[in-house]
Amino acid sequence: MTASVDLDVTDLVRIRADFPILSRVMRGGQQLAYLDSGATSQKPLQVLDAERDFLTNHYGAVHRGAHQLMEESTDAYELGRADIAAFVGVGAGELAFTKNATEALNLVSYVLGDSRYEGAVGPGDVIVTTELEHHANLIPWQELARRTGATLKWYGVTDDGNVDLDSLQLDERVKVVAFTHHSNVTGTAPPVAEMVKRAKAVGALTVLDACQSVPHQSVDFRALGVDFAAFSGHKMLGPTGIGALYGRAELLETLPPFLTGGSMIETVTMEGATYAPPPQRFEAGTQMISQVVGLAAAARYLDGIGMQAVAAHEHELVAAALEGLRTIPGVRIIGPTDAAERRSPVAFVVDGVHAHDVGQVLDDDGVAVRVGHHCAWPLHRRFGVAATVRASFAVYNTLDEVDRLVAGVRRAIEFFGG
Amino acid sequence: MRLEQMYQEVILDHYKHPHHRGLREPFGAEVHHVNPTCGDDVTLRVALSPDGEHVEDISYDGQGCSISQAATSVLTDQVIGQTVGDALKTVAAFTEMVSSRGTVEGDEDVLGDGVAFAGVAKYPARVKCALLGWLAFKAAVAEARNSTDAVAQASHRQDLEDKK
Repeated sequence: MTASVDLDVTDLVRIRADFPILSRVMRGGQQLAYLDSGATSQKPLQVLDAERDFLTNHYGAVHRGAHQLMEESTDAYELGRADIAAFVGVGAGELAFTKNATEALNLVSYVLGDSRYEGAVGPGDVIVTTELEHHANLIPWQELARRTGATLKWYGVTDDGNVDLDSLQLDERVKVVAFTHHSNVTGTAPPVAEMVKRAKAVGALTVLDACQSVPHQSVDFRALGVDFAAFSGHKMLGPTGIGALYGRAELLETLPPFLTGGSMIETVTMEGATYAPPPQRFEAGTQMISQVVGLAAAARYLDGIGMQAVAAHEHELVAAALEGLRTIPGVRIIGPTDAAERRSPVAFVVDGVHAHDVGQVLDDDGVAVRVGHHCAWPLHRRFGVAATVRASFAVYNTLDEVDRLVAGVRRAIEFFGG
Repeated sequence: MRLEQMYQEVILDHYKHPHHRGLREPFGAEVHHVNPTCGDDVTLRVALSPDGEHVEDISYDGQGCSISQAATSVLTDQVIGQTVGDALKTVAAFTEMVSSRGTVEGDEDVLGDGVAFAGVAKYPARVKCALLGWLAFKAAVAEARNSTDAVAQASHRQDLEDKK
């Protein structure tokens, strides 16, 4: 791949060839334009081949037994961990695998409420999140508050879809501040440095939902200064069934386990158990071995293109989508309309045409978008809409696909009579 | 699959000019149903006859896509004036058709304009849209009947009391 920042047409053709599904002709007779990578991304042959090769030639149990396949599998699993950890700027020992990002966020929310952790959230404490969140970074905190008697508070959202830092002042009762790195609706990125600074000033831990950032830009959790971060494999060209939790090493060391059982122990008697050091402490039971291999291949694939090139390419797509949609009367974009202030995805409503109906017309044109509230119901309520159409981009998308999106929205307005 | 198969003219007509829309008095029961995937909702009221045997009125309000709005409009056309038994049979027939993935055509004598939704059955993601108002109606009838039963039982008890 080119080392320069911009992907040229040749690069894009080569990248698209790695994703055979992108050539599919859909039921309306049109080639697929996949603009739903924010929900889940397509997977390149390199990821599928890595899993297949692993399962065909090396598969066995990890961290147990003494045969050759066990060794090869353990190596593949741990080397995969090292590659994935390096991809997000952290040490291998700071990255625990989960079945998805939702489980990773639940894991944090459970261990932070566990009385074995000396800083455990309890009655009178405050948990802070934002109105911008995906349900996965909201409901676990609602539940932690319910279990512990703590109070849930949140930063509001401004009219342009940013976290409103003036809407809430933190004090020493705040134990956790959980927020997104990158909204899955407005495309805005909250000011992580400032939010971490404010949390640290009152002694609160920070939890970052990085599902929508890790697949699309260079991310370094240590540089961001957050205590925890979660991301998923399937949104970053990797397999389903695999997510990851980053936790600062010193912090993970002090935390009790979430799920318990095999693989996460040190010693076990009939009366009790002691637990393995992190990250194994947080990986109970047989793990997602081939998925880790696949995810590591996805991280290497993205690295090969270069995350700066990925980000620059997606920026171009977002700018084109905003520009195209802005020219259509009756389209209202949720979040900033200036590409400089946001990233993918682009969510919007169309006056007089319901999101579901817009999505159906686009589907007829082979353009796959997400419609609904995108698991961010409170945010939709904040903007006074029930459902939006959301086009989300990945490295394999093209400007031609953006044009098809814009044309499809025009067709929907025509079809439903505006 | 082409768009016109799903969005037949009759569906678009009901969507643009819905029948019996708006919330009215009197009513025996009111329910609020939500489609959790998109946040669309319907508030629907049912008025049964005093003996609980007939559907006298259905009124509704809410927000939703063309399919959910048109389907609710068709519902009111079909079942207002029917006996409760026939209305529930109509609901069952509509539910069967839209859940059939396109294998059940639907009987126009039973479903009226509802047969236009046969095309929707081929799009599993839209089945919930089509059923939003219909399932709300079913729930409202059950509630209205319970309260009618309660009223009937109460008046029956009163009759017995009076006879003592």
